Amino acid sequence: MSRSPSEVLTQEFLQTRAKILEIAAFYDRLGDAYGLDRTQLELLRKGCEILNDDRSDKAARVQLLFSREYDENWRQQFGI
Amino acid sequence: MVYVDPHIHMVSRTTDDYETLAKMGCVALSEPAFWAGFDRGSVESFRDYFRQLTEFEPKRAAQYGIQHFTWLCINAKEAENVALSREVIAMIPEFLDKPNVLGIGEIGLNKNTKNESTIFLEHMELAIKHQEQILIHTPHLEDKYKGTRMILDMLCHDSRIERSRVLVDHVEEHTIKHVLDAGFWAGMTLYPISKCTPQRAADMIEKYGPERLMANSAGDWGPSKPTAIPDLIFELRRRGHTEAAIRRVVYENPIQFFSQSRRFKYTQPEARHELLRG
Repeated sequence: MSRSPSEVLTQEFLQTRAKILEIAAFYDRLGDAYGLDRTQLELLRKGCEILNDDRSDKAARVQLLFSREYDENWRQQFGI
Repeated sequence: MVYVDPHIHMVSRTTDDYETLAKMGCVALSEPAFWAGFDRGSVESFRDYFRQLTEFEPKRAAQYGIQHFTWLCINAKEAENVALSREVIAMIPEFLDKPNVLGIGEIGLNKNTKNESTIFLEHMELAIKHQEQILIHTPHLEDKYKGTRMILDMLCHDSRIERSRVLVDHVEEHTIKHVLDAGFWAGMTLYPISKCTPQRAADMIEKYGPERLMANSAGDWGPSKPTAIPDLIFELRRRGHTEAAIRRVVYENPIQFFSQSRRFKYTQPEARHELLRG
């Protein structure tokens, strides 16, 4: 069962509008970012870019953006 | 609709919550052993905790017509203490014949350390030795992807592991495919702050289908919602899913997975209601 894009837009427009407003208000509260953790700010900026690009799987890609990398050789590093 | 919550920490909840769960349609639940919010100091603390899970909680649940099952282990956070972990693992077999024990869990990783990995492997050995099912905790937030991949690596490298008897919990958009593609069961944890919302869980059900997929509330001592599964049921209904399709995820799948445990004796809700009336 999957809804049509038109149904998704109609049913979730207001909720999504509210979420975008929350992010906008967060940046207003942040104000001048001078001297703040650039790594965190950069992650947030890249997350917003994913929302705007034309590729699919946005939720999974945002998750991976905020994730530590997996090293296939982890066992050797731990000596396990 | 009746449903089963396959991962909820009822020791953290009041008796009122049992009543609310029953009124919302919960007929059975399983409670994995977990971190109590503080590090326990001795194996005796765990012995008492396992008695609570195998003796006290089933009785408390039964008063509301809910069947209570459980899983035993030392959780990933306390597994950093290897010496204590080994004492607890050695003590667990004392409880494996208790009628509501489904297996070993929730074992897993927290910060993806060497000690956590060592104890995860020793829990695996315990489960294999006693032919027990396994329920797995995956880390939160930035540690989830790496930790889930490490856990799958350990499981998949051991040919003695029966993948259909392992549930990997707290999957999200970036880990669910790895878990399902490897042949394991996957659990989506509905949680207000981290983990997954009912809406995102519904998205994953639509994307991956209902095969080997479950949802749970975690319902622990943190900011969680023990009635999160009814929220998911409502979201799926709102999207037009059939009652049969919803029932498969929230009721039939947990029963099918639990049925692989030799101690799983499920009583149909109707029979339990007779007992309540009696």
